Parts: sequence; C-alpha cells; structure tokens
Amino acid sequence: MTALPATTKKKLGLVIDLDTCVGCHACATSCKEWNTGGYSAPLTDEQPYGADPHGTWLNRVHSYEVGTGAQSRTVNFPRSCLHCETPACVTVCPTGASYKRAEDGIVLVNPDTCIGCKLCSWACPYGAREYDYKHGVMKKCTLCIDRIYNETLPEEDRQPACVRACPTGARHFGDLGDASSPVSKLVAERGGYDLLPEMNFKPTNKYLPPRPKRDETTAKPLSTPRETIPQHDGSPTERLFAWVDKVLSA
Amino acid sequence: MQQKRDEPGAASALQEPHIDLSRASADEVKTTTCYMCACRCGIKVHLKDGRVRYIEGNRDHPVNQGVICGKGAAGIMQHYAPSRLRTPLLRVGPRGSGEYKEIGWEEALGIATGWLSRIRATDPKRLAFFTGRDQSQSLTGWWAMQFGTPNFAAHGGFCSVNMAAAGLYTFGGSFWEFGEPDWEHAKYLMMFGVAEDHASNPIKIGLGKLKARGAKVVVVNPVRTGYGAIADEWVGIKPGTDGLFVGALIHELLRTQRIDLDYLVRYTNAPALVIENPGAANDGLLARNDQGAILVKDRNTGDLIDIDTPDLAPVLQGEVALPDGTRARPAFELMVRRFLGPEYAPEAVAARTAMSADQIRRLATELAEAAFDQAITVDQPWTDWHGRRHEKMVGRPVAFHAMRGISAHANGFQTCRMLHILQILLGAIETPGSFRIKPPYPKSIPPRIKPRGKPGDVKPATPLGGPQLGFPTGPDDLLIDDNGSPQRIDTAYSWDAPIAAHGLMHLVIANAANADPYPIDTLFMYMANMSWNSSMNVPAVIDHLTAKDEKTGEYKIPRIIYSDAYFSEMVPYADLILPDTTYLERYDCISLLDRPISDADGPADAIRHPVVKPDRDVRPFQDVLLDLGWRLALPALTNADGSRKFPGGYPDYIVNHERGPGVGPLAGWRGKDGESFGKGEPNPNQLDRYIANGGFHHHPLPDDQRYMKFANRGYMEWAHSKGFLESMDRLVMQLYCEPLQRFRLAANGHAAAKVPESHRERLSTYFDPIPFWYEPFEGQSVDTTKFPLHAITQRPMHMYHSWGSQNAWLRQITAANRLYVARQLAEKKGLADDDWVWLSSHLGRVRCQIKVMEGVNADTVWTWNAIGKRAGAWNLDPAAPEATRGFLLNHLISELLPEREGGFRFANADPVTGQAAWYDLRVSIEKAVNEPHVTSPRFEPLTPPSMSRGGR
Amino acid sequence: MNPAYSVILFTTASGAGYGLLVYLAVFVILGAILPTDLFGLYGLILALALVTTGLLSSTLHLGHPERSWRALSQWQTSWLSREGVLAVATYVPAGLWLLLALLAPGTWWIVSAFLALLTAIGALATVWSTGKIYQSLPTIRAWSQSVVPPVYVLLALATGGVLMTLLIKLNGGSGARTSIIAAILLLASAAAKWLYWRKIDNMPRTWTAGAATGLGSLGAVRPLDPPHTEPNFIMREMGYKIARRHAEKLRFLTLGAGLLAPAALLALAGSVPGAPGLLATVIAAFGVAVGVLTERWLFFAEAQHVVSLYYGAQQA
Ligand SMILES: Nc1nc2c(c(=O)[nH]1)N[C@H]1C(S)=C(S)[C@@H](COP(=O)(O)OP(=O)(O)OC[C@H]3O[C@@H](n4cnc5c(=O)[nH]c(N)nc54)[C@H](O)[C@@H]3O)O[C@H]1N2
Ligand SMILES: Nc1nc2c(c(=O)[nH]1)N[C@H]1C(S)=C(S)[C@@H](COP(=O)(O)OP(=O)(O)OC[C@H]3O[C@@H](n4cnc5c(=O)[nH]c(N)nc54)[C@H](O)[C@@H]3O)O[C@H]1N2
Ligand code: SF4
Ligand code: SF4
Ligand code: SF4
Ligand code: SF4
Ligand code: SF4
Ligand SMILES: [Mo]
Repeated sequence: MTALPATTKKKLGLVIDLDTCVGCHACATSCKEWNTGGYSAPLTDEQPYGADPHGTWLNRVHSYEVGTGAQSRTVNFPRSCLHCETPACVTVCPTGASYKRAEDGIVLVNPDTCIGCKLCSWACPYGAREYDYKHGVMKKCTLCIDRIYNETLPEEDRQPACVRACPTGARHFGDLGDASSPVSKLVAERGGYDLLPEMNFKPTNKYLPPRPKRDETTAKPLSTPRETIPQHDGSPTERLFAWVDKVLSA
Repeated sequence: MQQKRDEPGAASALQEPHIDLSRASADEVKTTTCYMCACRCGIKVHLKDGRVRYIEGNRDHPVNQGVICGKGAAGIMQHYAPSRLRTPLLRVGPRGSGEYKEIGWEEALGIATGWLSRIRATDPKRLAFFTGRDQSQSLTGWWAMQFGTPNFAAHGGFCSVNMAAAGLYTFGGSFWEFGEPDWEHAKYLMMFGVAEDHASNPIKIGLGKLKARGAKVVVVNPVRTGYGAIADEWVGIKPGTDGLFVGALIHELLRTQRIDLDYLVRYTNAPALVIENPGAANDGLLARNDQGAILVKDRNTGDLIDIDTPDLAPVLQGEVALPDGTRARPAFELMVRRFLGPEYAPEAVAARTAMSADQIRRLATELAEAAFDQAITVDQPWTDWHGRRHEKMVGRPVAFHAMRGISAHANGFQTCRMLHILQILLGAIETPGSFRIKPPYPKSIPPRIKPRGKPGDVKPATPLGGPQLGFPTGPDDLLIDDNGSPQRIDTAYSWDAPIAAHGLMHLVIANAANADPYPIDTLFMYMANMSWNSSMNVPAVIDHLTAKDEKTGEYKIPRIIYSDAYFSEMVPYADLILPDTTYLERYDCISLLDRPISDADGPADAIRHPVVKPDRDVRPFQDVLLDLGWRLALPALTNADGSRKFPGGYPDYIVNHERGPGVGPLAGWRGKDGESFGKGEPNPNQLDRYIANGGFHHHPLPDDQRYMKFANRGYMEWAHSKGFLESMDRLVMQLYCEPLQRFRLAANGHAAAKVPESHRERLSTYFDPIPFWYEPFEGQSVDTTKFPLHAITQRPMHMYHSWGSQNAWLRQITAANRLYVARQLAEKKGLADDDWVWLSSHLGRVRCQIKVMEGVNADTVWTWNAIGKRAGAWNLDPAAPEATRGFLLNHLISELLPEREGGFRFANADPVTGQAAWYDLRVSIEKAVNEPHVTSPRFEPLTPPSMSRGGR
Repeated sequence: MNPAYSVILFTTASGAGYGLLVYLAVFVILGAILPTDLFGLYGLILALALVTTGLLSSTLHLGHPERSWRALSQWQTSWLSREGVLAVATYVPAGLWLLLALLAPGTWWIVSAFLALLTAIGALATVWSTGKIYQSLPTIRAWSQSVVPPVYVLLALATGGVLMTLLIKLNGGSGARTSIIAAILLLASAAAKWLYWRKIDNMPRTWTAGAATGLGSLGAVRPLDPPHTEPNFIMREMGYKIARRHAEKLRFLTLGAGLLAPAALLALAGSVPGAPGLLATVIAAFGVAVGVLTERWLFFAEAQHVVSLYYGAQQA
C-alpha cells in the first residue's frame, strides 16, 4: 500500500491565494472543528486550559514579513498537506497506514493500522503531519474526504471545511489534474507555484503569489494635476472660486 | 529513495481501506445567529447525540453569505468552556476574594429586588445600569427607562461614539455598523484604522471581491497586518495625525479643482449663509428667514432663498448682507479657506504624518481620478426629494471606511467629520461605487432624540419620560443643573462631554467610588469586563471597586450586581452574580431599534433561539431582567392586576412588546397574518417565521431606492412610513455643523446656562463647526521627549476581546502577546526579538516581550488587544501563558489627563463626545536587563467558583 | 531533530549486539571458539539480550506497540519495514544457533557454523537498514548522506569488537588479535565520523525560507506572528536546535574519549595479559559507551529538518 499509485484518476487539491489571505484563521478553526468530529476524530488538545496549550491541527496559518524597508510586505500563509504526487511520507511508512488514493490522489493515514512511529512526519518537508499523542496515531489533512463525497451534505457544501469557511475567498478546491478545471485555470492565470519544488515531492496544492504593490515604490511620477483654468493667476483660493463661478454659471 | 518515489509501484484502489464517505455529520441542523462577536452572522449548528458537532455559516444570511470566521468556527469550545458560570452566586468574602455562596434563583432575584426597589422608591438615579457587549440595548435601555434612572448606557462611549456622532451629525449615518462600501461597484477603497470592525465577515467578503476585481485598496494604518497585508498600498501613518492627512487630501482636491460641485449644491449645506457677527449671540449660526428656513443667495437674482428650493443656483463665496444688515458668508467659502490654508498643504503635514508630500498628492489625484474620470452611471431612474425624476444614478466609485483608528483619539470626532467632508467633496456618499448607508439609516441630521435626565426628569417610582441617550443640538439639551454640574453619574451631556451620545461607561466606576457628581447605591452591569480589558488604568479601577468608606466601613460602591456567562476578571468584584446562558442556549433579538445587521440594500433583523438546553442552573439575562422588572412592579412590565405583562419571558416580549403603535423589536412578519413589514400588530407566529427563515428577516429595497437614500423620495417616504425617518423634511448634509457653534457661543456667554471657567476655552476651541486637526491631548500634555512613542492595540481576527482566551482552540493560536517594535527603533534601542522590555507611560509601566517588525510606523509600538489575562480568571491554569507572558496596555492608559493649571483634570477623551482616547497613549521603551521573564504588573490570582476544569 | 532517548538506546544497544553477533559468528566459523566452551554461549546470550532490549525499547515507544507486527508488511518500499523484517529474520538462525549451543554443545559444528554465518549476514543487513532509514529521508540533509549506513555498520562492529575483547579477557584469554581489530574498527569509525561531520559542515544548505514559502523573490522571509504561540508537535519533534559551540565540544568528546583513546587503550591491552589488560579494556569499553551514546545523540541534535524553514530558519 505504501507503494504509490502509478497514476491517479484525479488530482484533487487546494489553491491558496496569498494575495487575498488576511490571516484570519477561519480555515484553521473550521478545519479543526470539522475534523475533530470527522474522519480523523478526535483531534486531541493537550492542556486545553493549562499552562502549555497545544494540540493536533491539520491546518496552520503563518504570517510572515518579506523584504525590508519600503519594499517589505506582510504575507499570511496557510499551511496544510499538499497531497503531493510523489510523497516520501507514504513510501517510508512501514505499515501501509499512510497511502495515496488512486481515485483522487488524496493522501491519507489509516488510523486503524498506524503504529505511530512518526517516520512519515519526518519524511514530510511541509510539516503537514501532526502526531496525536493521546491516540498514538498520525493525523493530517484529509482534504475533507468525508465532506467532498458526502451525500448527506447539500451539493454546494461538498467541499473542504476550510474552503467553505474562508471569508475572503482565498481558498479554492478542485481537480488540478484537469487543465480545464477552474482551479487549473486560476493557477495558470496567476502563476500558481509549488512549495520547495527541489524536494521533488510534486505537491498538488498550489499557492498564488501576492500581486505587485501599487504604491510609492511602484508609482510613476505624478502627472501635474490638470487645472480647469491654468491661465488664472492668484492664490489657489481665488483660482478655485473662479472655477466655481465658471462651472455654476455654465 | 528519490527514484523509488518517482517510479511508483502498482497499487490498486482495492488495497485501500474502506472509508465511510457519507457519514451524516448531524442528527439535526438548526439555524440561528452567531455571537462569538458582534458581527452577528447566520450559522447552521449541526447537532449530534445532543451535542454541538459543527457550526458553519448560513449561505442565505445577508451578513456572512455562508462564510464563517475563525471565532465563529470555534463556537463549540466557547459553548462547552469550563469557565461557564453554573449557578447564581452571592459574595461572602471581601470583594475580589472570590469567596461566594452558591444560591438559587429565587434567593438571587429576591436580593436584587430588595436592593433595587428601595432605590426606585427613593431616588432612581442611585441605580447605575451599564452594559458592555450588549446586543439587546433596546431592551436594557427601555428597562432602565421604566426604572426611572438616567444612568444607563452601553459601551459605545469607550468604543466608537466619535465615529457614530461625527457621522450622524454630518450625514445621518455613519461608518461602523451603519454603512458599508459599495463592494459591487467600488474601484477604489481607502480604509482608515480598521483591524476588524464589527462587520468582520462582510469586510472580508468585500475585500475578496475588490481583490478579484483588481480595484485598488489603500490601507491607512500605523501597522501593516490583516487587511493592510493585502492592500495595494499601505500608508504607515503616525497615530492621531489622520486629520492632517485628510485635510491635505481636501487641500489638494480644492487646489486642483476636483470636487463634485453639483453634489455639494444639491445635497449639502455648503451654500448656507453663516452669520458673521463677532461677539454677538448669533455669530456663526446659519442665516434663517422668519419661517426658520436656512437661507442661501441665488446667484442669478441675488435674492436670499430657502436652501430647500429645487434647482438651486447659489453663490458659494463672497460676503452677503442679510436683511437686518448683519453680514454672512456661504459655509463653503469658510470650509475652503480653512483647507486651502498653508497648514493643510501636503508639505506642511508630510513630516508629522510620516508621509511624503508626493505620496499625499498622488493619493489625492488617484481619488479624484477614481471619482470623476472613472465615474460610473447606473441606468436606474429615481426621484429626488423635490420630486424630480433622474434617468440615471451617477456613481463615484471611490469608497472610504474607517473605524477606531480614527475614533479612539481625542481628536476623533473632528477627524471623522473631516473624513466625511472629504467623501462629500468627492460626491462619494450613497452613490454607486461609494460608501453606502444601511437602513434604518440615514436619519435626521442629527436624529431627533434628546437625552432625558434633566433636573426634574428623575422622580421616585416613576419611569423616565424618554430615552437616556440622544443627540443634543445645543446647550439647552444638556443634562446639567443651574450651576452647570452633571446630572448623570458618567457626566455625559455635561460640559465635559456635551455630545456624549453613547454615555461614558469608562468613567462610571471611578465617579461612583468618588461620589462625583453624587454617590450611587447599586452598580448593575451586564456583559462588560470592567475590572480588566475594558477599563483604563486597571489598578485604579480595582481600587475603586474595593474602596471602603473609613467611617461606615461600607464599600464606596455599596452594591454591585453583575451578569456574566463566564468567569471573567469582573465576576469576583460583584456582590451578586446572575449567570447567563451561552448564545446557543437562549433567545436574543437583533433589532432595528438597536444595532442593526442591515446591509445597504435593505433593513434586516434577526433572532437567536435555543438550539441546546443549558446543563447548568443559568438563565437568559433578558428573562431575568423582565422578571426583575415585574418584581419591581415596573409599569410597562406589569398588568393592572399585578400579573406579569410577559409571562413567556423574553420571547414573549420580542413578539408582543410594542415600542410605538405597530412597532416592535422585530420588523419582519408583523400583523396577525404576518404579511406586513416594519409596522403591524404583533404576530403570535412571528418567531416561528423567523426560525423557519433561518433566524433572520431581510427586506430588500426596490432597485430605485438602493442609492441616494438621503435624497431619494421613494426611499424616504417608505422609510418614513416605517418610522425609520422621523419626518419627510429634507436631509441636508452638514458641511457646516451648526450645533457645535451653539456650544461655542455658550462658552462666550451667549446661553442661559453658565459655562464653568474651566471649560470655556476648551469649548470655543474644539467645537469648531468646520473640522480641523489638533494634537491629541495626551500628546499635548505629557513630555513627549520623555514619552516619544505612540502605543496602540489591534483586535486579533481570531479573538473577541477578553472572552476568546477561555476557548481551547483560539488560545492555542494566541496564548500570549508580544509588543511589536519597528526595526529602526529596535536597532536604536539595541533590542532584538524575544527581549523583555519595560514600556512606560506617564501613568505606570508594563514589562513585556517584544517582536521586531518592518510593517509598523517607526514611532509606534503596538500589541494585540485583550490577550493578557489575570491569573486564575476564565478558569485557566494560573500559570497560563495569558497570565505570565500576556499583557494589557490598559495598565498604562490613564482615564484622566495629567493635571492642568487650575488643578482641573479632564477625562482622557474627546472633548465633544467624551469618547475614550485609547490610542493617544504615549510611551517610552527600555530593555529590561536581567529581570524575570514574566509580565508585570501581576495581580493576586483569582480563584474560580466551583467549576469543572476541562469542559470537554 | 529531537534526540529521543528510546531511539538512541535502541540503535546503540542493538548496534553493539549485532556487532557482537558478527564476531561470535566469525569465531565459530574460524573454529576459534571450541564447540565445548561455554564462553561462546554467554556471548551469544549477551548479544541477543542487547539486540532485544534495543528492539523492545523502540517498539514500546510506538503509539501502538500492539500493532507493531504490521511494520513487517511494507518491505518493498519502507526501510523501516525492511529493518523490522531483517531484525525478525535474524532471530531465526540466531535462535537455532543458541538452541544448539544450549542443548547439544559441541555437536554438529558445521550446522552452528552455517547458522552463525546466516546470523552474521542478518545482523549486518539489519544495522545497514537502520542506517538506510535515516539516509533515505530527503527532508534531513544531515542524514541523507551516503556515509550514514557505513557509519552505523562500522560503529556496530567497533562496539561489538570492544565487547568481544572484554568477554575474551574476562574469560582469561589474551584477546590480542580481537583487541587490535576492535581498535582498528574504532579508528575507522572515528575516521568515518570525522568524514561525516566534515560533510555536513560543508554541505550546501540550498533550501531556503524563500523556497519553502515561494516568497523568496520578494525578499528575505521572516516570521511575524506564529500560527500557534506554544510549540506544536512539529516543533517539539523537529524543532530541536543545538548550539554550534556545544556541538563542537561533544564531537571532540566522541572522537577523543569515545573512539581514539579507547582504540589506543585496546591496542595496548591486547599485549598486556592479566588484570592490567582487563582493566584497560574495561576503561576502553566505558569510553566507547559514552562515545557512541554522544555520537547518536549528536546525530539527532545536529540534524536540521527542512520544516524548520517555516518556523524561522533561513536555510536548511
Ligand atoms: N475579531 C474581533 N473583532 C472585533 C472585536 C474583537 O475584539 N475581535 N471587537 C469589536 C469591537 S467592540 C470594536 S469597537 C471593533 C473595533 O474595530 P476596529 O476599529 O477595526 O478595531 P481596532 O483593533 O480598534 O482597530 C484599530 C485599528 O486602527 C489602527 N490605528 C490606531 N491608531 C490609528 C491612527 O491614529 N490612525 C489610523 N489610520 N489607524 C490607527 C490600529 O493599528 C488598528 O489596526 O471591532 C469589533 N470586532
Ligand atoms: N487597550 C485597549 N482596551 C480596550 C480597547 C482597545 O482597543 N484597546 N477596546 C475597547 C472597546 S472598543 C470595547 S467595546 C471594550 C470591550 O470590552 P468589554 O465590553 O469588556 O468586552 P469583553 O472583554 O468581551 O467582555 C464582555 C464580558 O461579557 C461576558 N460575556 C460574554 N458572553 C456573554 C453572554 O452571553 N452573556 C453575558 N451576560 N456575558 C457574556 C464576557 O465573559 C466578558 O466578561 O474594550 C475596550 N478596551
Ligand atoms: S480563512 Fe482564508 S483568509 Fe482566513 S486565513 Fe484562511 S485562507 Fe486566509
Ligand atoms: S505535504 Fe507532506 S504529508 Fe502531505 S503529501 Fe506531501 S509529503 Fe505527504
Ligand atoms: S506514523 Fe503511522 S502513518 Fe506514519 S509512518 Fe508510522 S505507521 Fe505510517
Ligand atoms: S481540506 Fe479539510 S482537512 Fe484539509 S485543511 Fe482544509 S479543512 Fe482541513
Ligand atoms: S464574524 Fe462574529 S458573528 Fe460572524 S461568524 Fe465570526 S464570530 Fe460569529
Ligand atoms: Mo468596541
């Protein structure tokens, strides 16, 4: 099972727009909320009300500053499993608990056979796997597999909880294997990219880069403000009133 | 291994374990309204085995259109938090000790009734009833009215009253929750001082649309996070100087003659003639004829005519002689002379605002280009107030939004007025693509409600004749006695804060403890963590709460009743605690009489209804309040035979209470048949209709009424018929704010009421009818060489004030806060990430840990608001990071300004509205060398009442 | 990487055990151990005891030890699985060999020699695959070095050699040849380890925070607000960072006190019969014990995981 499928019928994944993400954590808590009662239930919290609160999450939102001075910018950066095409997290697994679905390329952990050796989390470059200390098994983004195919949910809700939640619409879900899908088009349009391509894990998820700023650093010198009656000399106030008269008596 | 992964073996789906892909997430899904914050989105609550399993946004809801935020999605953990109060409590130990007796509701209500009935029978104003995150102000205010005390207000006074008042006195609406950018059409958005605002999800949804459309977003904010991060342009302005920036934008628009004259003449009082009669009682007032009509001078005939005349062609400049010989000038000219003055030239303001003159000029040009060169026209005929039909709606697709970055300063009222004037000059209010107003706004400018509580208004065992809060238009409306002293415990509507439209909750505890202006008997509070994050100068507030009278040995605030749902920092200081339900366990009413959830396309209101039963001995506060009212025999709550007016409690009240004929808490499905909107007799099935509709009602306006509401006859007639608009009088935007001038005249002795010497100069300076910028008071009065830095806070998007920290999920994201310091400043001070520092103000100092960043104004430090917690509060481990590495700036913010000459100390607040000036704080920063790595000051740990830890 | 004591103990103990097995096997095959003397038996028991403690300690630290048998299933792709399979497989010849030594000492020499041979091969293969588990992780540069598996094998043989010498001396033998071999292997390990450290010190750390976030083209990437203010599993497991200076000291300890000094002592001890020689060997053994434990601790502590890029590291 830890052998990877030669090909997958679909390449389901997420496209995350870093130009639109405001870092609100809605995707993170919605993810926690759905999945703690879903396929990988529960997502344990350690010391939830104690001195060292931490727990198992499948989606984390970083915030970075990039560059220095006037050129610098702030970028919010959600991070979850990228459902790579050739992920070592699967091939290193000794039990077959970690596997990639031939159907849609979703990478999953089977909680019933995982022995909790943690090796897969070592093999993931993206920190996408979080060990559940209490239950002794590895947990990770399931791409909400128990939502996207769930017949008990209304059609329009069969999408990942994080995408469903995102208030700015910075998260997109779809088949990145199909060049004609909206997500693939979006990636093409906006120059979506892979994280750490040199690791050669071939992530399915794509990130859309922040658009260039439109500020002092990029502005062209100001075209001298057009004035309706340049010829008029005198103070700005007089010029304004002259103009007002002209307009009103027009 | 690399290769191995590249040549995948043949694994077939057969080997994959079976997964139940269609497991039902719920036995039942109930639709209600979120209350993890005041945005009040629609939510669908999935229930499984009687427990809350999942909460998602309701797609049909006008507010959030299906999305949910970080807080809302963590609602489960709030609902099951181990910090929930479980039963009424009676304090037995000293205040703050946390020694309580668990009592039943009968006993609790009996005690409260005893205390309150005595007060009402003798002197109702000895009850001070103040509410914080209150979402039922129309109930709480009405109850206080029935009780007869003038001492009622909600938290607006320390929140954003500057914003509300400036808007309501300028165009009858406001930013905040009362308007929104035209997300569909705007091509340019400029946001001032917004971290989250109450429209948490709508703003995010809107920004998403603008980004997708490539509209330009400019964020004016000393800090670049959240919305600033995705802005096309970030303006890292120096705190408190927005008035200079906006003034310079106006300067440029006037200089380059890029203003919407037509809009000015049609819809504003720009042409109104301002009397120039120095020293006289009418100086600076608007010229009126005998019928009281405001006069303008017709440019063709030269006659003085009513400003309400259609197709006005007024002069906008030049001295005018009035019939009685006095001279006058168009308000427009006064405005132009102010802003074209050298003090508002880009060069003059550049340094103080930390911008460049070029940037200001460019931004002004961009605004003008968006407004005029990219103007849009919507082919939508409409009829104006004069009855003239217009074929199109002309849009100025430049929208502004602003929030507490503007209003939480002592110059916030005037700065916000200035911002509105900028919008008006661009013709960018209520036109397609610009800022839009949400019904039931706009209202009369200002709304025609006057505050009650003048001497004589308050009588034993008698309801107050009207609402406590209103909108004064002159000194006669103030709540003062003959020697000018305040009538309200919070000094609202006195010379201290004449237009304190939301009251001054932040002064109540101090004033009550100092018996200034008079002692009270009982402080009754609801949903406000006043001994912690919502107070300035926390140590002093705690002293006030526990201060005793030497002689009697009694507490200076003799009795404190408090309703909270959780074990907040405030709970241990109350004598009687009335535990509330969580938002999933009760009815709530989000009423148009209160803080609306409308959008610009139509009014909306909503309810909450119980989706789960309480597992504790708690009661919805509104039920308790109605019960108390009946026990106190308040007229409106008691039938002639002495029985309860609302035996069914709050739901009964929501449906059957009528504020005016046919007007009740909910506007939807009124009338016996449930067919009428806004007005109609109570409908016994109203709540079912709401529940069936997802808990809300939205009334979409017809297309011809969606814009220009302030001048749209169709809309105005409809709004008037629904009681939204007080009259059909024309709404004229107030470029020139005459009410302010009346207070000024009073200061110069032209009023019945005498203005105390201490206040004269202040009134005549700051009550300028044409907005201007002035240095905020703290900056004026402290030694800024000693305290060179500005210190501000921001709302974290995933936390709601103090109450997010009891949430097991949200606190995992942020359990401690840092002080963010600009790189330049850190280098100058030899500071690096993780260093501990002392942050000092004229009031005190706080020890905290820093993080160095690029995206912050170089003279500004900031932190996330309300993360710091008192040890033991919220039923957290006393060693929780919130209490050891979390801190508040509140310990540094003084409620009073440093002493002035004459020993008089003004509040640290806006002189017009009394809005708390949180963001005027000035500080200095020093490295804390070899000191313990723990925050300071720290207070005695609190001991929770018997609660189960680890609620899940 | 966080140096977990279970793993350190497991790899070092089993390493020494497997090493010892190899010596015993060789001795048996060469006939250096008379089929009749008990010495071989005790050696075998000690070796298997070490191996078993190692395996147990690691198994017990799994989230689900009761499922550990499942780890044998994925030998086609997973080195961890292969290690498990080989470890178990090695028990078969080793077990029979032990049985034979117990029940019928001195008989069927050829059979025990054959079993010993299989055991030795199994032992070496197991240790090699342990090394491969680490070497095959592309996310940890310091581990994905080709020298890693050889180092594991060398250290196993070296530590096994020390034990063997000790046993021979305790048994009254001179152990001249063995101690020399052990000494040579210690030197070889030292050399390999030194090579390893040179490699990881000079390896190009081409993964950057810029590439991890894809934002590198916009400038240097620094964390502003963390996704969680308290450490999560990733940071607890992979966030461990050791100070350069501290590491240097430990490296010297490993090389000097742990490998070179013991090598010298053993070389001497070989030619010094009786108590003094024994004493020297005992001291050497202690040195080696300290040495390999520090070496293994460093192996984790010095290894930086690429995920650290998301948490503030600039390069990996
Ligand atoms: N998630 C969340 N949402 C909330 C709340 C919450 O606690 N959490 N609280 C609710 C409440 S009660 C309120 S009142 C609203 C407040 O809504 P906001 O006003 O958006 O909240 P603040 O955190 O006060 O944001 C003030 C912003 O102004 C900036 N600022 C400070 N000084 C200046 C200045 O002089 N000029 C400019 N241009 N900017 C300045 C600050 O950096 C900050 O970004 O939020 C509401 N919504
Ligand atoms: N430094 C600094 N201080 C500030 C601000 C700032 O920007 N900077 N912002 C100011 C502003 S704008 C505001 S509005 C205030 C907000 O401050 P507060 O109005 O105090 O808001 P919270 O901290 O949320 O406290 C609300 C209280 O209501 C309780 N509560 C929550 N849910 C319920 C419920 O369902 N029923 C009942 N009965 N109680 C409930 C909570 O437990 C908490 O004790 O903070 C002010 N303080
Ligand atoms: S929900 Fe959307 S906007 Fe919020 S952090 Fe996640 S991706 Fe960003
Ligand atoms: S992101 Fe990590 S866990 Fe997810 S597939 Fe890729 S390697 Fe595996
Ligand atoms: S932790 Fe579980 S999933 Fe991960 S490698 Fe070990 S057995 Fe496989
Ligand atoms: S797809 Fe589902 S599991 Fe994955 S991050 Fe989004 S919400 Fe979490
Ligand atoms: S914005 Fe406020 S009301 Fe809306 S979902 Fe979030 S917490 Fe709930
Ligand atoms: Mo507020």
